Amino acid sequence: MPVSVTNSKLIYDALKACDVKIMSALPETWLVHLIRMADEDPDMTLVRLAKEEEGVGISAGAHLAGVNSALLMQNHGFLAAINPIVSLAFLYKIPLLMLISLRGHFGEKDPWQTQGGLVTEPILRAMNIPIWHLTNPTDIHRRLKDAQTLAHASLHPVAVLLSRELMWED
Amino acid sequence: MLRADALRTIYPELEQSIVVTIMGAVAAELYTLGHRHNFFYLEHAMGLASSMGLGIALSIPEHKVIVIDGDGSLLMNLGTLSTMARYKPGNLLHIVFDNESLLSVGGFPTATSTGTDLAGIARASGVPQVMEAHTPESLKAAVTEALASNTLTTIVSKVEAVGPKTFHMDLPLLENRFQFKRALEALRRQKMQ
Repeated sequence: MPVSVTNSKLIYDALKACDVKIMSALPETWLVHLIRMADEDPDMTLVRLAKEEEGVGISAGAHLAGVNSALLMQNHGFLAAINPIVSLAFLYKIPLLMLISLRGHFGEKDPWQTQGGLVTEPILRAMNIPIWHLTNPTDIHRRLKDAQTLAHASLHPVAVLLSRELMWED
Repeated sequence: MLRADALRTIYPELEQSIVVTIMGAVAAELYTLGHRHNFFYLEHAMGLASSMGLGIALSIPEHKVIVIDGDGSLLMNLGTLSTMARYKPGNLLHIVFDNESLLSVGGFPTATSTGTDLAGIARASGVPQVMEAHTPESLKAAVTEALASNTLTTIVSKVEAVGPKTFHMDLPLLENRFQFKRALEALRRQKMQ
């Protein structure tokens, strides 16, 4: 499976540097290594979800309990979690660090991913959720740390979009 | 059983715990019984009170967390039972007041009124301890047993579809949110000393 282990490791290490202790996730191809790394790390609590919206609740609980968390999801999972983002995270000013794999964008071969690829960024923008693209291995640490810093300062969700060029080695 | 009577009976246990409730009647009733900074009322995001409780329970394993859920909310997020059961935090107690109704929006019947069995779903999802308690006394006993057992427990209690006269709570959402976060911080500090 040509998902980049090297870049997944860089992302994982950057999350550790952000003192992330709880990661909620729903598997998808690009996220397999990240989920495995979380599973194998005794200092990380990995919560495997049935549906992404649960992750918003788990991160809200973790935040109120003083623990840093991150949500790992595909863009279609983000679409499934919109209501909780609005009616829990926005309503209660909960910072969320969302790592979203941007499927269905340039280079996508799976037809079923393409509709989500078209709407993900416009919806994030319509929701006033700041977006950062991760495309370059050299700035992963900086961008994840900055994303978390803004989330905590603004008490608002932020989205870090994982790109094909970073995650997929063709 | 009236939910208000049930809440009054278990209030001493709630008082000592971190509590997350769903919105509507149960929030107003608990608030009226006596608000505490360790009580959080999730006034929207139906279904996610249990997910929040799971996030708190995993973050602060040394403290008891009690989620007060309802049939309508739980039916919106049945996957939460399988996720809670997967991680089984022993400090999490999940109480479901089942009034077979979406009471707060006008009393529309939920699927539990036509036979859906939430305790059965919880058991089949793998929740290690599931109890049913339909009187205030049996609920009190179940709560005591669950808290002492250090085992993830779901208690389903059938209650009448009756709510308070008013749902008004003199507590803005964000005040509750920041108060609650500070209360949890204080609990964590106590534990560290």
